[in-house]
Amino acid sequence: MYRYDEYDQRIVDERVAQFRDQTRRYLAGELSEDEFKPLRLQNGLYIQRYAPMLRVAVPYGLLNSTQVRKLAYVARTWDKGYAHVSTRQNFQYNWPALKDVPDILAALASAQMHAIQTSGNCIRNVTTDQFAGIAPDEVVDPRPISEIIRQCSTFHPEFALLPRKFKIAVTGALEDRAVLQMHDIGLQLFRDAAGELRIKVWVGGGMGRTPVLGSVLHEALPWQHILTYIEAIVRVYNLHGRRDNIYKARIKILVKALGIEEFKRQVEAEWAFQKDGPNTVTQAELERVAKSFTAPDYEALTDSDASFDARLAEEKAFANWVKRCVHAHKQPGYRAVTLSLKTIGIAPGDISDKQLDALADLADKYSFGELRTTHEQNVVLSDVKLGELFALWQDAKAAGLATPNIGLITDVICCPGGDFCDLANAKSIPIAESVQRQFESLDYQHDIGDLELNISGCMNSCGHHHVGHIGVLGVDKNDSEWYQVSIGGKQGNDASIGEVIGPSFAADEVAGVVQRLIDVYVENREPEERFIDTVRRLGVAPFKERVYADRQPGKKKVEA
Amino acid sequence: MSNLIKLNAGVAAIVADDAWQIVHLPAAEAEVKKQAGKVVLFKLTGAESATAEQIAATEVPAGKVVLPLSVWLARKAEFAARVAAGEVGVWLETHELVETLAADQPDLNVFPLIAVFIERFADGRAYSMAALLRTRYGFKGELRALGDVLRDQLFFMKRCGFDAYQIRADRSAQDALASLNDFSEPYQAAVVVDQPVWRRHARS
Repeated sequence: MYRYDEYDQRIVDERVAQFRDQTRRYLAGELSEDEFKPLRLQNGLYIQRYAPMLRVAVPYGLLNSTQVRKLAYVARTWDKGYAHVSTRQNFQYNWPALKDVPDILAALASAQMHAIQTSGNCIRNVTTDQFAGIAPDEVVDPRPISEIIRQCSTFHPEFALLPRKFKIAVTGALEDRAVLQMHDIGLQLFRDAAGELRIKVWVGGGMGRTPVLGSVLHEALPWQHILTYIEAIVRVYNLHGRRDNIYKARIKILVKALGIEEFKRQVEAEWAFQKDGPNTVTQAELERVAKSFTAPDYEALTDSDASFDARLAEEKAFANWVKRCVHAHKQPGYRAVTLSLKTIGIAPGDISDKQLDALADLADKYSFGELRTTHEQNVVLSDVKLGELFALWQDAKAAGLATPNIGLITDVICCPGGDFCDLANAKSIPIAESVQRQFESLDYQHDIGDLELNISGCMNSCGHHHVGHIGVLGVDKNDSEWYQVSIGGKQGNDASIGEVIGPSFAADEVAGVVQRLIDVYVENREPEERFIDTVRRLGVAPFKERVYADRQPGKKKVEA
Repeated sequence: MSNLIKLNAGVAAIVADDAWQIVHLPAAEAEVKKQAGKVVLFKLTGAESATAEQIAATEVPAGKVVLPLSVWLARKAEFAARVAAGEVGVWLETHELVETLAADQPDLNVFPLIAVFIERFADGRAYSMAALLRTRYGFKGELRALGDVLRDQLFFMKRCGFDAYQIRADRSAQDALASLNDFSEPYQAAVVVDQPVWRRHARS
């Protein structure tokens, strides 16, 4: 993975010094609340319900074991012994004291980590495919380009105060695992007929109050121009994006208002001046960065292992785990493994300091000391030998990291919600738990099969509810917490935005509503059909009918 | 005490004697737009910024003056001799377009000074405006930031091409000087430091 040189290190060290002084001035009353706000936000610091929340950047989701031990240390020293994996592959702490944040940043900097631009109206942490570099369907490794974008966007002087936040995702595989079309800019790397690296550019996607799938802005951008082309897009947005209403300030609104053709014309006109400028990437620079992402020292193995096959046959629990948590790998004899952070009774994505230490040990022991976070709020060990999967499973189980539910109904994507977040309209963690309890039986979960259930506590959509097969959104109605349910959302190449099924529900109804949706699916599914396929085939109507059959608003509730 | 910082060959200092007078439009009937109960704090790009009455009523003193863009566009014939004498600059608001000025006056270097008035420090349009003035339109004179100019934005302003900063009156320009050098080796090319770090240095 990418290792800092003296220039990377100097930038994060100078950032720590800068933020230390800004915090000092704020605490001394020299900076007003309004003036400090963008400064702290661009360092990932939110003022939350109980304490500030600090969001630590995990560039494109990649971590080494040293960094994970540092995250554990921070959780132990300045938080309440745990951290949280966000839906943008970052880590969050919910309980640091503001005065300690400069020290936390210094500790992170010592392990080549930072919190730069993890929030605020700027270019955020670049995200990518959690299986980058190892996926069998990968055409181009997205990590070098992601790192090149990370560097260029870090403290980019022109784009420090955009109308609103700006998110970029990159993928280089056939299957989109990074929700490209839900980003301000989505970049799909591919090779053209001549074998040249090209980039398909999507723009203007996003969740939030107005969910929109991105539009294609460039079909095949030559890679050398990636930075100048992004700069042209962001300059048009910076100058012309709305700043008078935060709900209309994302680039998607500008793209919609202008139309994609006119937006493209403006970007091309801008780009004509920037093209071939100094930020044009050279072959040498791409190769220099790409050296950080070479394959680890794999052993030459065949793609089968007798001991693995034997364990699989005799241990049903192991087989269940393999079925859900183990993924194909392009290197024969190796597999990628997802360690679930979705144990019932624990907030989705939460991980304790002890588990973080255990995770670092697992990475060292089984996966070349590296791991990845996923936007589904789990953790991936990317390079595990087939013959060591059983031993890993046993170790992971002991650390509470082997729940065999990846991609199942209990693998809920869920924002921190009203329990922590000041923006939230409603709690989301207890809703996740009620659904998980409703479907606690593992056999039942496996029978239901692939199902993505996503919960957001407000319109900001951190829980990605718009692209959940089942999406739950917390809404505020007369000062009480209600939940709107949608179905038919999907991430991936055939991404879609879910459709709301009808009036919202009280908190204690949600699990029952989900149960009815699942009942309709189970009764109507065809062989091999997933929930999302059934919804697409039948439409929303039969689901809606069942859910609201005996429900009278304000009188009779949906019961589980 | 002056609160104006200027960069001279990359060295920042507080400038005590500044002959430029910033000319303002006379106040008009304030139009306060309401939206969702909140006052609209930003004007949209391309919005009209002054009425004909305001422009006509703007008093321009003798000496070096920095005119509002609208006054320059409507009344430039009055100032031909003063332009030739190097006594006229222009200032823009962040919702006004650099292109408007450049279309009117293709050689911006007739102005010794162009300024951008930043009503709220969080308005990042000023950065792109500065970058455009320096790169697209080749402006070489003094580029001054006016308005809600605070130390924590100075580093970005400097890199986008601003070389003079009128620090907000209630803040210390002396304290602000330090922030111009928050970072020593930025990653990307911009107006100031015009090559990315990997072109400036051999990186491992």
